[in-house]
Amino acid sequence: MEAGRSPNIEILSNADLLALDGKPGNFTAKLRLRPRYIDAEKCTACGLCTRYCPRHLVDQYNEGLAVTRPIHIDYPQAVPATYFIDPKSCLHLQHGTCQICVPVCRSKAIDFSQQPEEKELKIGAVVMAPGFGRIGNDTLAKYSYGKHADVLTSLEFERLLCASGPFEGEVKCLTDHRHPKKIAFIQCVGSRDLGCDNGYCSSVCCMYAIKEALVAKEHDPEVEITIYYMDMRTQGKDFDAARTKAEAKGIRFVRARVADVMPWHKQLKLTYSLLDGTHHFEGFDMVVLSVGLDAPADARHLANIAGFELNNYDFCRTETFAPLLTTKPGVFVAGAFQGPKDIPESVTQSSAAAGIAAALIKKDRNKGYVVKSYPKERELAKDEEVRIGVFVCHCGINIGSVVDVPLVEQYTEGMEGVVYHAQSLYSCSQDAQEVIKQKIKEHNLNRIVVAACSPRTHEPLFQETLKDAGLNRCLFEMVNIRDQCSWVHANEPAAATAKSKDLVRMGIAKARHIQPLPEQTVPVINRALVLGGGIAGMTAALNLAEQGFHTTIVEKGEGLGGHLQHLSYTLRGDNVVQQLKEVSDQVEKHKRIEVMTNTELAEISGFVGNFSSRLVIKKGKSAKESTLDHGVIIIATGGREHRPEKVLGNEIKYSARIVTQSELEKRLAGKAKDRAPASTVMIQCAGSRGDDLAYCSKVCCNHAVKNALKIKELDPAAQVVVLYRDMRTYGYAEDAYREAREKGVVFIPYGMEAKPKISGSGKSLKVTFHDPILREEVTMTPELLALSVGIVPEGTEEMSKLLKIPVNQDKFYLEAHVKLRPVELPVAGVYVCGLAHSPKPVDEIVVQAQAAAAKAAIPLVKGCVTVEPTVSSVDKELCIGCGLCESLCPYQAIKVAKDESGKRKAETITASCKGCGICASHCPVFAISMGGFTDEQISAQIKAFGETSDKE
Amino acid sequence: MGQAKETKSGAVMVVGGGVAGVQAALDLTELGYYVYLVEKSAAIGGAMAQLDKTFPTNDCSL
Repeated sequence: MEAGRSPNIEILSNADLLALDGKPGNFTAKLRLRPRYIDAEKCTACGLCTRYCPRHLVDQYNEGLAVTRPIHIDYPQAVPATYFIDPKSCLHLQHGTCQICVPVCRSKAIDFSQQPEEKELKIGAVVMAPGFGRIGNDTLAKYSYGKHADVLTSLEFERLLCASGPFEGEVKCLTDHRHPKKIAFIQCVGSRDLGCDNGYCSSVCCMYAIKEALVAKEHDPEVEITIYYMDMRTQGKDFDAARTKAEAKGIRFVRARVADVMPWHKQLKLTYSLLDGTHHFEGFDMVVLSVGLDAPADARHLANIAGFELNNYDFCRTETFAPLLTTKPGVFVAGAFQGPKDIPESVTQSSAAAGIAAALIKKDRNKGYVVKSYPKERELAKDEEVRIGVFVCHCGINIGSVVDVPLVEQYTEGMEGVVYHAQSLYSCSQDAQEVIKQKIKEHNLNRIVVAACSPRTHEPLFQETLKDAGLNRCLFEMVNIRDQCSWVHANEPAAATAKSKDLVRMGIAKARHIQPLPEQTVPVINRALVLGGGIAGMTAALNLAEQGFHTTIVEKGEGLGGHLQHLSYTLRGDNVVQQLKEVSDQVEKHKRIEVMTNTELAEISGFVGNFSSRLVIKKGKSAKESTLDHGVIIIATGGREHRPEKVLGNEIKYSARIVTQSELEKRLAGKAKDRAPASTVMIQCAGSRGDDLAYCSKVCCNHAVKNALKIKELDPAAQVVVLYRDMRTYGYAEDAYREAREKGVVFIPYGMEAKPKISGSGKSLKVTFHDPILREEVTMTPELLALSVGIVPEGTEEMSKLLKIPVNQDKFYLEAHVKLRPVELPVAGVYVCGLAHSPKPVDEIVVQAQAAAAKAAIPLVKGCVTVEPTVSSVDKELCIGCGLCESLCPYQAIKVAKDESGKRKAETITASCKGCGICASHCPVFAISMGGFTDEQISAQIKAFGETSDKE
Repeated sequence: MGQAKETKSGAVMVVGGGVAGVQAALDLTELGYYVYLVEKSAAIGGAMAQLDKTFPTNDCSL
């Protein structure tokens, strides 16, 4: 949506890449634009054409579960919001008949004369983000997919759950439209399966299966859901918590392999075998296949055109320490094409790829850039009549199916100040913005109220529309009738409608008092501070420096390298020591990077663009201080290996025979002849996932497999047993897991009801565990016990106080938005990457660091930042200088100082103010008011609440 | 919308209009570059536009 509004993004849809020639900084791309047969300039997306089009077409957007017409749009919020004609099914384009749509279209947008066009682009760099492909139907057919309509793919099930889906969000069996009472999910369909040449794990299916199961349970609390899985791989940040929640909600997880799915009376019979080798079967009404992500269908085509290589699975080939570089210089990769991954990681990669591309062509920065201009803001005359426009949104059926939207809209008729009201199906769609702009002009509106979803996600969009229409963006009020009405009162439509009316009435009452607020800009100091000199900090600093910005790395240790210094090699066989040295050398030699070791941050003040940090540099016993001014800050303070004293209820005394995986790695990388122990037991989740640490540390499974393979390489006869809960060798690491099994490493799962027991030490070391295949207790006396102990963040608690940045319950920094702003922190101008964000392997750290650098570069590129207009302001006449506000402000954004006449008065530091309102609510003399939330506005809102809504 | 100048210097081509491509495009514009976002289907959005909600927060994906 945002992309559709940017003047600097030209969307070329229906386009095929034909050729790419040239070299980094100077490429020529040739494209073919296929015709839409509809003039985008004229189409108003009214939908009349679809209604009249006589031919049916299977709706691909709805995964073939619904029908549409050859002339259509996939969904109302689509960008571009122009309908198009599918040439393969259109009667006119196929047979030269019909043309019903032509006279129907009132804006005369239909144009069958359009021809394919070729277009040549001059570009400096290319980012490949073609996404992923689909698992072939032959793989799905093993589970009766295609033979029985109630066997669905997870994407089809997603459409069933969706309000804009085929049954408007109702989950129904496709055979007879009954509501399924029992649903099974089968995991790893088309993943971890050499039968379809997809040896890798798709890394997302476990999460979306849990999500879909939870949403289905929300739709129908009675439905019984079972997830059949091999390993639940919920290794991402806070993902395990969602799995635990799913279990608490009654979703059943069964570790099993599903043999087949067959029709059985009115149901489907699912046959599966458990770990102990026993076979079982169970009937279900619906079976959902959790299909993996395949390489994109056009991967080879793209690789040939652009001249880069693919890996053995037809995804893009990349390296651990350069995860986004294709083998063709100047062509970068992001998203699922780099390897199967979820949304936050795709988004992170995209930002990172943008940053790398920006560094490559930095000499051309701003040359092609179009500055978006807004019409001059109309100044409201003093005592100008309040003219409010109210727009009530259906949000498809998200609001409309519960709240009586037409009634709410009608209700505003005749309210003081309201001169226009309307409803819209999706008020966030691009055409709805056009309508709002048009109505502002037509009715000379000077206040806009939108009753729709959450201002958290959509307020900026509507404010932008106001700016486009020449109104100050603060002349806007949003009423949330989705979260607060249709969602929470889903089962009480009448009450939800009444509450919507109340909220809308209150919103209008407030809108009568809202005033334009000025937007301020502050300049940005052209320097970045990076905290931490590990791989994350160094990578971030290098990218910023490459983009042309001066960067200071502050490292509290003696040298660069961080946690990675404890590792010797990666699962893919990279030489970590050498790679790390190369990066450190680059950092130390770079003319725009300054490295300060033995240095710690003592204090930080200021705000985005204008931070000032007090640094303490230790030298032997003495210490000296220095101050550094900088515009942005990247936190890359890292983490370290956890060292739990208790593992799964066993007291641990670390020794030469009881070690952590890192210690084992060091031993294996050494020179000692007997460095590969003859027998090793590894215990996974030693201290993680609810044992000592609540979370999954993401890297330990890979670490264990890596060390197990190293032992086998050194001594093929060595015995290695890995006791695990779920092997989370996601992505391509699955290949290594398979290799380890093939080489004779034994993997045995344990449950929390039968934890492994550790006793003795030295030569009497014993490990006892339950073997599910033998169905009995087994005791081993290994030469070595290696504990996969997990990762903890370093010093985040102290830093979070210093920087006023929240950490989550596990003491990792809490990002601004998990999905869409994964490297930004809630405080503007502060970014995070690496282990300080969450545990992750080195390739993901590199990407995240590059992403943080790209985001941090944005204010530096612009040279100024725009401050949110909703800030506090002090009425100096009323202020008594008591200082209460200053003591309470969590952002150090209000200060008391003496004015010209020597009186103590408070003053807001606008750029630091977050608009939280604490100062205003505590001021004893009501001298502080909040922009957009003045006492007058809030009183009006409260007063309106008291007025009854039953005027009808 | 900006006028397409075929010989624009300081431009980047992003192939694919899914969430990854769109994010890359947005960040590139913020960093001062003009972006051609090339998508083979009729609209951008990719697979994410088909999702109802997203894990684990159940936010709307559009």
